[in-house]
Amino acid sequence: MRWSLIFGGTLAGLALAAALLSFVWTPGDVTQIAIAQKLQPPSAAHWLGTDHFGRDMLAMIMVGARTSIAVALVAVGIGMGFGVPLGLLAAARAGGWIDEVVMRGNDLVFAFPSLVIAILITAALGPSALNAIIAIGIFNIPVFARVTRGAALPIWTLDYIRAAQVAGKGRARISTQHILPNIANLLIVQATIQFSLGILAEAGLSYVGLGAQPPTPSWGRMLAEAQTMISLAPHVAIVPGLAIVLTVLGLNLLGDGLRDALDPRLRRTAP
Amino acid sequence: MLRYVTRRLISLGLSLLVASALIFAVVELVPGDPASFMLGTGAQPETVAALREQLGLDLPLPLRYLHWLGGVVTGDMGHSFTYKTPVAGMILDRMQVSLPLALLALVLAVAVALPIGMFAAARRGRAAETAVMGATQIGIALPNFWFAMLLVLVFAVNLRLLPAGGFPGWSHPGAALKSLILPAVALALPQAAILARVLRSALVETLGQDYIRTARAKGLTAGQALSRHALRNALIPVLTILGMQFSFLLAGAIIIENVFYLPGLGRLIFQAITQRDLIVVQGAVLVLVAAVILVTFLVDLSYALVDPRLRR
Repeated sequence: MRWSLIFGGTLAGLALAAALLSFVWTPGDVTQIAIAQKLQPPSAAHWLGTDHFGRDMLAMIMVGARTSIAVALVAVGIGMGFGVPLGLLAAARAGGWIDEVVMRGNDLVFAFPSLVIAILITAALGPSALNAIIAIGIFNIPVFARVTRGAALPIWTLDYIRAAQVAGKGRARISTQHILPNIANLLIVQATIQFSLGILAEAGLSYVGLGAQPPTPSWGRMLAEAQTMISLAPHVAIVPGLAIVLTVLGLNLLGDGLRDALDPRLRRTAP
Repeated sequence: MLRYVTRRLISLGLSLLVASALIFAVVELVPGDPASFMLGTGAQPETVAALREQLGLDLPLPLRYLHWLGGVVTGDMGHSFTYKTPVAGMILDRMQVSLPLALLALVLAVAVALPIGMFAAARRGRAAETAVMGATQIGIALPNFWFAMLLVLVFAVNLRLLPAGGFPGWSHPGAALKSLILPAVALALPQAAILARVLRSALVETLGQDYIRTARAKGLTAGQALSRHALRNALIPVLTILGMQFSFLLAGAIIIENVFYLPGLGRLIFQAITQRDLIVVQGAVLVLVAAVILVTFLVDLSYALVDPRLRR
């Protein structure tokens, strides 16, 4: 067992546990304003201190984890839901016009600066967590399409796929029954990476005010609100930032660890 | 080589055309009528209609697209609805901040990543590599706007070495450069972490090749073999990432420009979206996307320079 798998899994698991726990218990009410308690440094009563409205920071982080994880998770679902079938289709018809259209479409989406377009989409549809999901999810589609196609292509040349073709199986059945299970490992690793990128993107969008709207706490907006208070009470800016870094770090390490565990050949050179 | 370049040029032109149509379509989806927005809530319907006609907003969509595209090709991107100034001029102004910022960040990222990546590859399997790679993992996980806030706290608020934001203009070159340092560092560090990891893995791959063993057998030291032979062969994946990063730095600066109140292209887009200044959004996004497509094209060409096998 590699340490990155354990350490990454622990960090990511902590974020998930905090989000789940927040549904039944938080150390304070995130909708309750208590100005008298505002900007208190970490103490026994408030482990991570309080924000400018006197709300418990730990409670805010726990509820914020929900938003981050939900947005990133659904965005990965959108990317996989559309991208994987497109990639399988392109690989099954490699060199054909479908392949060409899918790949050129991919190139085009990659050419658009994702953050700018995400901002444009959220501005067009109105700022909300749902629209942030759509904006982030759209950019996951070409990533999964490309990874799926790239991994599926070499498998199509293997003998057991030829055997399946000779046995009379169609391209669609071969794709779902033989190709997909063989590239599932790679897709799981990619999903972990896109999940962590989704958390960063959600934080960025809500930082500029285009993600989850108040009173729903989100890590990005906590940072935006903390910006003017950073010299007065550094903890209000440091705590949400650390939450993002630790979660993203955990997911990245988990992805690395999973890749090593699932495909030992990649262990030596992986970036 | 000529066929390769021609084929890439055709694909470049097509990409630009499709991108322009897509941008136009997406921006049209932004709700809110620019004419009503400019005149305010108390405006008479006739006044709004007259302004819509004057701005050409009453024409059918495809016609408006062709008008706009025709203008863009001849360097006329129309006039800002809000500021009444030519869009092309506004973009050029903002590029004077965004382009130097992106370049500075790119140079910083390469300057940090190159030695780190080479060091990690040379020390592979040892504790030093694990430590360096662990540090780059943290670099990748850093949201650049948070890192920017921490830089401001340390270098602007506490140490008072650098400005916390704003841009004095290039008429004061020293002060202008100073105000770009913190944003460039905030942009560069996470990118440097990615670049260092890619470089390391590409180097580790090439260091396992037979020609490196030959070079060592000839009497080259490990360091010489790395810098003379392995580095050049590890450049392709690094160039790919570098091309993508330049685009990211040009466009991705949108949030950093907001943190530091820099009058760059990203901030222009952000402000224009909130003011429903759609023609500015279209022009500025088109310039960004065109820059990305152009950089990708140049990177493709540079592959052919680095690796002659790809010229076919």
